[in-house]
Amino acid sequence: MALPKYTEPHYRIWHYFYLFVCGCVFFFLIAPLFVIFPLSFNAEEFLVFTDGMKRLDPDAFSTRWYKDMIYGTKNPWGLAAKNSFIIAIFATIGSIILGTLAALGLSSRHMPYKGLIMATLISPMIVPLIISGVAIFFFMAKVGLAATHLGIILAHIILGTPFVVITVTATLSGFDHSITRAASSLGSNPFNTFMKITLPLILPGVISGGLFAFVTSFDEVVVVLFLAGLDNTTIPIQMWTGLREQLSPTILAVATCLIVLSVLILLTAELLRRRSERLRGINR
Amino acid sequence: MSSEQKILSTDGIPLEESLKKAEKKNKIKAFLLVTPLLLFLIITYIIPIADMFSRSIDDKMVTNMLPKTYKAMEQWDGKELPPEEVFEAFYLDYKILVKNKTAGKLQTQLNYEKNGFKSVLKKLARKQKKFEEGNYKEQIMKVHKRWRNVDYWRAIKRRAPAYTYSKYLKGVDMYSNEDGKIVQVSEDRRIHRILWSRTLEVAFFVTLFCFLMAYPIAHLLATLPMKYSNLLMICVLLPFWTSLLVRTASWMILLQQQGIVNDFFVWIGLVTNDNRPEMMYNKTGTYVAMTQILLPFMVLPLYSVMKTISPSLMRAGKSLGATPAVAFFKVYFPLTIPGIGAGCLLVFILAIGYYITPALVGGASGTLISNQIAYHMKSTLDWSFASAMGLMLLTGVLVIYWIYNKLVGVDNIKLG
Repeated sequence: MALPKYTEPHYRIWHYFYLFVCGCVFFFLIAPLFVIFPLSFNAEEFLVFTDGMKRLDPDAFSTRWYKDMIYGTKNPWGLAAKNSFIIAIFATIGSIILGTLAALGLSSRHMPYKGLIMATLISPMIVPLIISGVAIFFFMAKVGLAATHLGIILAHIILGTPFVVITVTATLSGFDHSITRAASSLGSNPFNTFMKITLPLILPGVISGGLFAFVTSFDEVVVVLFLAGLDNTTIPIQMWTGLREQLSPTILAVATCLIVLSVLILLTAELLRRRSERLRGINR
Repeated sequence: MSSEQKILSTDGIPLEESLKKAEKKNKIKAFLLVTPLLLFLIITYIIPIADMFSRSIDDKMVTNMLPKTYKAMEQWDGKELPPEEVFEAFYLDYKILVKNKTAGKLQTQLNYEKNGFKSVLKKLARKQKKFEEGNYKEQIMKVHKRWRNVDYWRAIKRRAPAYTYSKYLKGVDMYSNEDGKIVQVSEDRRIHRILWSRTLEVAFFVTLFCFLMAYPIAHLLATLPMKYSNLLMICVLLPFWTSLLVRTASWMILLQQQGIVNDFFVWIGLVTNDNRPEMMYNKTGTYVAMTQILLPFMVLPLYSVMKTISPSLMRAGKSLGATPAVAFFKVYFPLTIPGIGAGCLLVFILAIGYYITPALVGGASGTLISNQIAYHMKSTLDWSFASAMGLMLLTGVLVIYWIYNKLVGVDNIKLG
């Protein structure tokens, strides 16, 4: 943002001050993530930059914590990663199916009590997680699903659907309903119309909602802490226990992997958002 | 065609009717699409939350453990020591409890009501085996002199109702005393009120800090050309997508005593190497980490509102003679208020129910009400108290949610 030549000096100073403040805030937002990366290659067991690291001495760096993460004896990360992925994938599928159906119904202009129903469907996002955790734990304990994968998957479907509902409803807001009517008038049955016409058009919204649901499940710790038994441990639970007891560099290795994963998810989400805007013709 | 004649559709039904029919059919169709999720949520989520209420007022445990006693107590006015029948009924009830090895629960519960009850009951559990038939009043009173104190019997009587609101009173550090009056607990034991006010305080200040930091960068993102703003947007979105625990871990590393922030303070000479300030395991840690973690939730709604404000409005204001500051406060700022409302309420709601970050970086002086709920769920197993506190928190959040809905509408939430 170049300033025009006629800008008065005090305004010029103010402008640079504003840019400086913005720079500081961006630094505050992003910098903490980059601390983890170098420290996860620390050769020592401490979580501080050693003198060797400051001198960029190659001996001060090692991949031992990554090896420990993968091959370490009695290491919980393998099981935790497996559980996390299984739970997150099934929770995402469940959230997508339930959430997309509900969003289709909600964006119909014939839908009765739209506001009330929308508020109910989104409530798991607004209610503090700790309360959701307590309530879901009581329910799962009652029906005997506490400490099972199924119970955790169902819990994560509850937490994940609001995101799918919101993103798909947003995608459908620009949806031209006359094309589905055209399809029906040409003799297509509703299922066929949905699979061939509606779904391809709302797919970006569905997938980005699914990504939200996946991340929510993959990152969720409060509800899982109540529900999980020893066999259902997940990555967030292991990190939580690790952070509470002692910060070991192995956790930082795991954290680095998680950051890489979130970069991938961010890129996918951004690409989808742009594609969706292009499809709906909102490209500016 | 006369005006009274109804317009008919091709199959001979009046058009109005067949339209209504089609409308109804569409309504049902739309509703059927929503039904699976709605039912699922009602069964697994809404009803369990409502169930927390019945759990929080439920007090049947003691009532069910001492059925005969409470039946006998119906006649007793509570002024003097109860009659022989009550002693006998209590002896019989307690005998069964000791036999079933559930007397411990009763001891704990009655000890809540009257301090020192536990030891009295434990002694009775040992001695009652040698009791002879008849004249139980004498025999029980002989076991421990406190049985002659009518306060202990009143304590039992107070637990007679199957429902209680005492957990809610406890949540705000009050209780109903021996005379049934609601009074405050002694000054040094008012922990919950401290927690409530601290939770509100932290939520308020985190919201304020987030607002102060988010406003300039949202403005910058909204006014920069697309190719730069997309790049900077990643700085907002990457933390947003990154695991909460990862971000908390990085703050734990940064804020520790030998951490980078402290190193920096020493380097610029703000503090000496020997007295590095403690920045973690207190409120500072909670503030810093929560602000950074919740900042994207403030930036995104602000950005989406600012994006729609045309820059020509500011220029128009300036061309009409306003200084940049006046133009900003009279033109730009009022237009961003919907975004401010959305962002602030979102952050406030999230902050008020925060659990993980305060538990990890908060230490003892940085814990919030959610930590207390989790503590009672997992450690003391006082689930009814946890439910009561949860519902009190939920009520607060729902009030805020309602305001949010009135101001911006829930369907206006935007995600990235």
